[in-house]
Amino acid sequence: MRHEKIETNAGLLIVLTLVVISIGGLVEIIPLYFIDETIEEVKVSGVETVRPYTPLELRGRDIYQREGCYTCHSQMIRPFRDEKLRYGHYSLAAESKYDHPFQWGSKRTGPDLARVGNKYSNEWHVQHLIAPRSVVAESIMPNYPWLIENKLAYNDIAERLKALKLVGVPYSRTQAEYEENVKRFGEDVASLLDINRAEENLIKQAEQGNYDGMPGVITEMDAMVAYLQVLGTMVDFKQFEDGHFATFR
Amino acid sequence: MSALAHTSTTSYNYEIIRKFAVMAVIWGALGMFVGVYIALELAWPIFNFDTPAITFGRLRPVHTTLVIFGFGGSALFATSYYVVQRTCQVRLPSDMMANFTFWGWQLSIGLAAISYMMGFTQAREYAEMVWPIDLLIAVTWIVYFLVFVQTLQKRSQPHIYVANWFFLAFILATAILHIFNNMEVPISFFSLKSYSLHAGVQDAMTQWWYGHNAVGFFLTAAFLGMMYYFVPKQAGRPVYSYRLSIIHFWALVFLYMWVGAHHLHWTALPDWTSTLAATFSILLLLPSWGGMINGIMTLSGAWDKLRTDPVIRFLIVALSFYGMSTFEGPLMSLKSVNALSHYTDWTIGHVHSGALGWVAMITIGSFYHMIPRLWETRMYSTRLIYLHFWLATIGIVLYISAMWVAGIGQGLMLRAFDEYGNLAYTFIETVAFLKEPYVVRAIGGVFFVAGMFIMVFNVFMTILQSRREREMLEAKLASKMASA
Repeated sequence: MRHEKIETNAGLLIVLTLVVISIGGLVEIIPLYFIDETIEEVKVSGVETVRPYTPLELRGRDIYQREGCYTCHSQMIRPFRDEKLRYGHYSLAAESKYDHPFQWGSKRTGPDLARVGNKYSNEWHVQHLIAPRSVVAESIMPNYPWLIENKLAYNDIAERLKALKLVGVPYSRTQAEYEENVKRFGEDVASLLDINRAEENLIKQAEQGNYDGMPGVITEMDAMVAYLQVLGTMVDFKQFEDGHFATFR
Repeated sequence: MSALAHTSTTSYNYEIIRKFAVMAVIWGALGMFVGVYIALELAWPIFNFDTPAITFGRLRPVHTTLVIFGFGGSALFATSYYVVQRTCQVRLPSDMMANFTFWGWQLSIGLAAISYMMGFTQAREYAEMVWPIDLLIAVTWIVYFLVFVQTLQKRSQPHIYVANWFFLAFILATAILHIFNNMEVPISFFSLKSYSLHAGVQDAMTQWWYGHNAVGFFLTAAFLGMMYYFVPKQAGRPVYSYRLSIIHFWALVFLYMWVGAHHLHWTALPDWTSTLAATFSILLLLPSWGGMINGIMTLSGAWDKLRTDPVIRFLIVALSFYGMSTFEGPLMSLKSVNALSHYTDWTIGHVHSGALGWVAMITIGSFYHMIPRLWETRMYSTRLIYLHFWLATIGIVLYISAMWVAGIGQGLMLRAFDEYGNLAYTFIETVAFLKEPYVVRAIGGVFFVAGMFIMVFNVFMTILQSRREREMLEAKLASKMASA
């Protein structure tokens, strides 16, 4: 076909352009939903260990996004020797399968946070978030003093879980869904994923964890530290043989 | 409006172009100023002032949105409306629809910037706008598509000029990318918070399919449309090769859509996807350079203009940076190079050699050509255009050199081991190393922004000058009429 036909016909130009620009995305995106090996199966004695976030952790994650933490911190460890020494085992796809949106990041102005959970104490995190340079002298991170000043808003926590349920995260509303979760994640986790008990669970976790060091008040700091402390802790690599996950890539 | 309104140009809708052009220059100066500010925050964190609205994490999307969508987007609306009318030799079909695209777009940019500072974001790079703004953009974009296509259909020329193919592909691709990447569920109708439909690995793939094609179509294809009109116009020569422009167009729009996953090398994205993306990234070098050669060779036989015409200088330097960054891009998409460059400032430098060197320079050059024609006068000062050219060029060179040092330096430090096989440097030691490059980068940014502010002044004075000339002419005409 002579190109003249295309460049004298706007409709044809539109249709052909649409076809040509659609192919790449279709070939690369659609299969990711259908190829089973894309996301690893992580089960220990029949129970899934990667679980959705608890209500408090989820609020922390929302604040992490609000402050734009992803503009300087990645959550994706690559399979290199230096990254293993610095951050730990490389990240699995399974570890972010409930992340709407993903927070892998694209720039490490600060270190990767994919496995920051349990690495530092709650007190360290609180101090570091309020005044990073009081802990790490050469840090260039902004201070976040308002996290401990702001009371955490959680009146819409059930709405948040419902929206996530709608996009596929297994929070439960009915008894049947709850029992399904008991089978998948065990009873302790399943009760944390119950939307009907969302507010109650959030308050309980904040009070028991006392992440911000201030008993009696639930601040944004509680949520933020609870979130940071769970990052990378859901897969216990000691439970798996070396190279177990390599087959998935 | 006036007795002089019946000139040849009034058959085109220039009013809408003038509005978009002015906003492009304003968003450009503002967005780049925010860029310098966040560069200062990285060099000296005290600039965050413990104030939520201006911390780096919230201001960074303000910077990217204002420069990409505010400056780049408004410039593309302006030039595409200019080019499509002049090459089709027909007026835009509806002033009302064109005005709707203006207000819809400006409102989206303004609301986006304010909402990020207030902490409302989707936390997905370059697509941070919350869902109501996404909807406003979608509607605005559909109207833009209708205005553009109806103009094409009304054309009085049999052929659709090559610049318009690129603008059309940009409009179509941006619509697809915007809609599929922003599928999200709000937590309620009264909340700005939403959660992305996709999760984890699929969300990452979709986001970078969008993210890289924001570069490929928004910041490349569309600006190539600009190039295909303004370079030949300013040089006074036809496009070097018609055949090359056909190959350039189809190869570029086909290949770009595959390459997004090179942002996800060595991540939890399956290897097959990122390998495919790397392969297509290498292939993409061919049409990219084809286009660059087509642009630069258009000047053959008119090279002397580089000495006398500052506008040609902007255009040719833009094409040179386009060639350089489209060479650097495929290089960085190689897995072995990416292992070092990814997550470092090398990426930031690469983006800016494209964004400042190519996008901003081609826009500035095109604007210095178009603005006097829109206001029917000459630019207020040619010397200020020269000054702008040198400030911009020096600024870019400082910026990208600093980022090469920062990125490659940090990448090497992070993977260095001591004689016992331990890590040679802690992460914070690499942060300390970045201090000097960050200061140099900020200085480079100051140079570039200074140039933009000079442009704002020059454009403002040109508009005033046009108004004065018009008033004088009208007065003359009136006195002649009175004496007759």
